[in-house]
Amino acid sequence: MTWIAQNLWLIPVLPLVASGVIAVNKQRQRKLAATLAIGSMFVAFLLSLCAFSATLLHHGENGLFREVAGFNWFQFGGQWLHLDWVLDPLTAIMLVMVSFVSLLIFIFSVGYMAHDENFMRFFGFLSLFAAAMLGVVIANNLLLFFICWELVGLTSYLLIGFWYHKPSAAAAAKKAFITTRIGDLGLLLGMVWLYAETGTLNFYAAGHGCLESSALTAMVTHITAAGMAVSTAIGLLIFLGAVGKSGQLPLHVWLPDAMEGPTPVSALIHAATMVAAGVFLVARVYPLMAAGAVVGEHGVPVTTALNVVTWIGALTAIFAASIAVAQTDIKRILAYSTVSQLGYMMLGLGVGGVAVGMFHLITHAFFKALLFLGSGSVIHGCHEEQDVRKMGGLKKFMPVTFATYAIGMLALSGFPLFFSGFWSKDEILHSAHGWPVSHIPFFLGCTGALLTAFYMTRQVALVFFGKYRGGVRESAAHSQSHGKNKPSCHENNHAKPHESPAVMTVPLVILAGFAILLGFVGTPAWPWFDGFLTGEPVGFNLGKLTEGGTLGLMLASAVIVFTGLGLGWWLYGKRLRQTVGESDVLQVAQPAVYRLLENKYFIDEIYEATVIRFNARAAWFCDFLDRWIWGGMVLLAAWTTLGLSRLYRFTDEFVVNLGFDAGCETLREGGGGMSKWQNGRVQTYLRVIGVALVVLVLFLIWGRRS
Amino acid sequence: MTPLQGCLLVSALLFAIGFAGAVTRRNSILALVGIELMLNAANLNFIAFWRYGAHPEALTGMMVVIFSIAIAAAEAAVGLALIIAIYRHYRTVNLDEIKDLKG
Repeated sequence: MTWIAQNLWLIPVLPLVASGVIAVNKQRQRKLAATLAIGSMFVAFLLSLCAFSATLLHHGENGLFREVAGFNWFQFGGQWLHLDWVLDPLTAIMLVMVSFVSLLIFIFSVGYMAHDENFMRFFGFLSLFAAAMLGVVIANNLLLFFICWELVGLTSYLLIGFWYHKPSAAAAAKKAFITTRIGDLGLLLGMVWLYAETGTLNFYAAGHGCLESSALTAMVTHITAAGMAVSTAIGLLIFLGAVGKSGQLPLHVWLPDAMEGPTPVSALIHAATMVAAGVFLVARVYPLMAAGAVVGEHGVPVTTALNVVTWIGALTAIFAASIAVAQTDIKRILAYSTVSQLGYMMLGLGVGGVAVGMFHLITHAFFKALLFLGSGSVIHGCHEEQDVRKMGGLKKFMPVTFATYAIGMLALSGFPLFFSGFWSKDEILHSAHGWPVSHIPFFLGCTGALLTAFYMTRQVALVFFGKYRGGVRESAAHSQSHGKNKPSCHENNHAKPHESPAVMTVPLVILAGFAILLGFVGTPAWPWFDGFLTGEPVGFNLGKLTEGGTLGLMLASAVIVFTGLGLGWWLYGKRLRQTVGESDVLQVAQPAVYRLLENKYFIDEIYEATVIRFNARAAWFCDFLDRWIWGGMVLLAAWTTLGLSRLYRFTDEFVVNLGFDAGCETLREGGGGMSKWQNGRVQTYLRVIGVALVVLVLFLIWGRRS
Repeated sequence: MTPLQGCLLVSALLFAIGFAGAVTRRNSILALVGIELMLNAANLNFIAFWRYGAHPEALTGMMVVIFSIAIAAAEAAVGLALIIAIYRHYRTVNLDEIKDLKG
């Protein structure tokens, strides 16, 4: 066993300790908080690199490196609960990604949150989040996974509601927490059921784990209700947890609202890492999902569970992409884009296996973090303005931000050959094309790709091109009405937008570098990433680029991307928006469709009218039951008791007490009467004795005579 | 009337006078005097029952009476000491005023 696998627990524990130390320190020690958080994250990153290199250098059985270590937590019945962590390529790559992105975002936050009075709290929460997320990644036990998963949800809640004095932020935090909780219920049920079936929650345990062949075979052969294998049912329940966390249909509503949090939070939690936890979960339990598969012609497993994953992913991808077209808030556009890209990841997992989905997860983490931090930089530069209609022309004012943002945008759109998004998305589309069940997900994915290129072009055109539309008075009114904790904004109100400080732009540049470079580890010519995750050796072979329709598909997706970019530029770039109040080009062309998209297909309103109303009714009914039926019973019992106690009091006071009192009084009076004899005068006693003697003598005499 | 009856009569008279004195006198010394009279009546009875009894030659009655007189002397000394102590405490020897033991 390697040293790093044995000590993998250090990686989440370091940020956890940092968060604890920050929490107990005084409010003012900003430097300490930032140093602790960034320092612990840096060490965690180095350890992650160690773990990563261990998986690169060592090879286990079947070429796949996997080491498990852990400890006994507690005993119940005859069983020990064994908490384990696992080091395998999937864990290693996620560890490096999460710790690296977190590190950069921590550094960015130092600049972004510089003026916030709750700087310490922010870094404490961020560290706690990083600890929980790293815990999710290393967990080899579904229970440990679930604990960390819930911690991640908690910190997400805390950070969305970080500016809790804004009612919208507080509401968004609540919404995020409750919506993901619906999914977590499924995960919990799945976990309990899994334990009932296999008797263990450890994923891998030398042949006894629940994801290993003996347990899987048992679960596949066990048929439960509606002809489903137990493995399918458990897989679907676990997938429900992933749906909630990764913002898939129909539980996606919380993710766009989560943008109420500070922008680094959006970048770290709601774009790069936490929302990817759902995808990671599916990738982790992939053996369960794929158990008992009918292997298709391309060697890809097809099961009911994976079909559901595929369909949900494909529908989410196009659904969210279409909404993103008509949004005006810079962060909301990115949020819907995230939902859409998470759909792609699910689609990739469903049609192509772990490597396909995870590759997009990793590349997406980098370029989406880049885009969010870029938008944070834009928002910071424009004095807390988030409406893209009030921006424009920022290319001139913020050159670094513009350059990096453009790279992120091209990566997200999937610009051919040079950007990571192209390779990862292409791999998904390729797998979807070869999916034996249906071709519809492929077409949905292609349309989604077109829309992605389109809305990103629209956003960049609106934000960075044209002339600056943010009026001085408007921005002043805006930042005051929002009442953010940033006094410096008010001072700068009369200035033009400005470039952000180096502490914010340097992470952007680093992320931009990765947004380009990462794509090359997973091209069809050199699918190193696939090989790394599956443990099979891969070679460099340019010929594969032209094999089996790969080239045709690449060309097709390139055409799609160019169409999207061209369409976006034709509609938004050629004739630039001049004023803030001007209506959107699409709105003029198709008012009904635009309205539908702008209002997010009225999903929130539908939920408001159905689920929430139903919930309110149910709550009212429960209240009624509580107040009148159960409350009535309780009151009845109370009144009965009260009546009985009155009766007892009456008997006590008037029968027992009075009788006793009367007895006492008599005794006392008797005692008082007797005590009159005892008057203390000796002569009286003597007199009584004398009289008594006389009486006695008389009695004796008289008695003898008769 | 036999000599015994005469003696008993005198003794009873003496006892009654002593009793009356002990009960009616307010002065505690006089009450003590009454008690002494009653004691002497009892002594007279001892003598009478011995002198006119079954064995006048045995001197038992005489012995008892001498003992009794000795005890009476000691008792009178104790009684007088008590009276002095009471007087020191209450500044009076009036029996009506000494009633601290009442119930």
